[in-house]
Amino acid sequence: MRHVISVLVENEAGVLSRVAGLFAARGFNIESLTVAPAGDEQTSRITLVSEGDDEIIEQIIKQLNKLIPVIHVVDLTEGAHVERELMLVKVTAEKEVRAEVLRIADIFRSRVVDATPNSFMIEVTGDATKLDACLELLKPLGVIELVRTGQVALSRGNRGMIKN
Amino acid sequence: MELTGAEIIVRSLLDLGVRHVFGYPGGSVLHIYDAIFKTPEIQHILCRHEQGAVHAADGYARVTGEVGVALVTSGPGATNALTGLATANMDSIPLVCLTGQVPVDLIGNDAFQEADTVGITRSCTKHNFLVRHVSDLARVLREAFHIARTGRPGPVVVDLPKDVTAARCDYVHTDGEVKIRSYNPTVVGNSRQVKKAVAMLLESSRPMIYTGGGVILANAAPELTRFTRLLGAPITNTLMGLGGFPATDPLFVGMLGMHGTYEANMAVSHCDLLVAIGARFDDRVTGKISQFAPGAKIIHVDIDPTSISKNVKVHLPIVGDVKNVLGQMNALLEAQGAKDHQPDLKPWWDQIQSWRDKHCLNYTQKQDCIQPQFVIETLNRLTQSGAIVATDVGQHQMWAAQFYPFDRPRYWLTSGGLGTMGYGLPAAMGAKVARPNETVLLITGDGSIQMNIQELATCCQFHIPVKIAILNNNYLGMVRQWQEIFYEGRYSHSHMAFGPDFVKLAEAYGAVGLRATRPEEVEPVIKKALEIDNTVVMDFRVAEESNVYPMVPAGKALNEMILL
Repeated sequence: MRHVISVLVENEAGVLSRVAGLFAARGFNIESLTVAPAGDEQTSRITLVSEGDDEIIEQIIKQLNKLIPVIHVVDLTEGAHVERELMLVKVTAEKEVRAEVLRIADIFRSRVVDATPNSFMIEVTGDATKLDACLELLKPLGVIELVRTGQVALSRGNRGMIKN
Repeated sequence: MELTGAEIIVRSLLDLGVRHVFGYPGGSVLHIYDAIFKTPEIQHILCRHEQGAVHAADGYARVTGEVGVALVTSGPGATNALTGLATANMDSIPLVCLTGQVPVDLIGNDAFQEADTVGITRSCTKHNFLVRHVSDLARVLREAFHIARTGRPGPVVVDLPKDVTAARCDYVHTDGEVKIRSYNPTVVGNSRQVKKAVAMLLESSRPMIYTGGGVILANAAPELTRFTRLLGAPITNTLMGLGGFPATDPLFVGMLGMHGTYEANMAVSHCDLLVAIGARFDDRVTGKISQFAPGAKIIHVDIDPTSISKNVKVHLPIVGDVKNVLGQMNALLEAQGAKDHQPDLKPWWDQIQSWRDKHCLNYTQKQDCIQPQFVIETLNRLTQSGAIVATDVGQHQMWAAQFYPFDRPRYWLTSGGLGTMGYGLPAAMGAKVARPNETVLLITGDGSIQMNIQELATCCQFHIPVKIAILNNNYLGMVRQWQEIFYEGRYSHSHMAFGPDFVKLAEAYGAVGLRATRPEEVEPVIKKALEIDNTVVMDFRVAEESNVYPMVPAGKALNEMILL
């Protein structure tokens, strides 16, 4: 099963390689990984998407917790949560299909962020399935290249990851 | 008080209680060595190889329970230290390794003797640090020692750029607890879980206690002994756990695992409750995992949550320091009067006795040829089971575990997890530095001893008299044994047809060399070695093709042992 794991870490050099190294050394798979400062100077938040049975996910969470700079680990898939991902996609858009590209962009509430006479760059946000669906429709029109950020996620409700 | 980085390091070591450092100098650590030169309170032991220095610090840590300290230079100094770090990491040994590094502004420039030390030691240490500012130095060192010795212990590397050791900064001596917000090991067992465990113990009619190195590391041998005797249950130790319970006690059924005793492996295979304490279900212990303790409920006590349900699904996990958890269980068992509530264990003990009657460790000492087991039995007799024993890795290691009984913790030093040949001599040396009044034996093979034999020079320079027994069979014996059993006797490169004259080699280093080629020479050689106040190398020419039995072939279940 797919799990979205949120990891709060000390914002210090080498943390990301400790996390990535752990996954490589123990043969855990990573579907996506994002990392950025968590709103203060001291901490960063890593969002990991991994696939595995319950025992593997339990080991992943324990092994993450064992890393010294890891402050807290939560498996968000255990509860209600919101997932978002951002995709930038560059699509060929010659005369006759320009309107079609814009229509698709509109259906997915995405924005055109760059345009040339024969292409558009579209910014789409949503969960992974929405991005996949959007991409399916754009592909036949000619996708030049694309980039996805990987999932970020937060639990629903009024509580944070750690009680202050 | 303003000090240089190097002076801060030495002052910090003193304030942390360090009195012995095992090391090897080089360009990047010259400032630190200059500070050591001016600090007579710290005894530095100059090893002959960085691997030796780290193993020596490891041996020192194993016998004392304190953090061992090694000091090496950058680049090759750090890479040479790797095997020592990985060895300590696999066996959870607390040590701090200070590594030199090129100056901060040269890091990443492929400078002379530069290596990415934090990068390459990340996966073989508990944690590591690169100190970029002298103002962080004292705090990082305190954190390094704290991390090394608390929780599940392990090696910590502190990488020290040369310019940081030259820079100046105020040093303030600080006492008290180190607080790291992201590092808080669970040390006390959950009381509800402990209660459940005790209830399971009192219901079991075929209990079995299985303990590992965690008991030694936690100094929990007294609590374990109390626990075992309260229950009157059979107990087995892993290779790392030997000495956690008195080997001469009738409740002890010997080591378990690949070369464990028949009775220990059969008891694990037939018990209805297995209590694993400070052990991690290593593949050399479990054999075929799907048939390990098949009819048993399993209780697992460990300080490291990742060890629990990693290899074997357990029914009742208890995370905590095994000393605390055993204390908690003992209190409940005492309050309830354990033996009044337990089922009768006599049928269980009768069954164990029938397995014991196989006498699985029997061997035949012939007239003309020394059997390796006989050497260890004689060593044991002449040291009254009282020596600190270090080993290398291979057949001699298993024979030492089988034939030298340990009644006390911290008298047995062996590389159990990584299985590092070359561990023994430096580890024995480190142990002797820590315990100068104890007899320190190294039981080794002709293959292993040559992997760090240069440390004989260290033993002689610093007068660290260890007694080295080489079971010399001209083979990499364990490799040969596997080739005999599993490869139809094709001895591919396990025959060391040429070896040095170990007697002359010992003399060349300034040690004493003795040799025994016949069974009747074994005792006089050992007696003489124990009397000499110097490092002694005993070259025992033993039977070339002896095998370690009993044996669980790799991938087989514990109850499928091969007996001799």
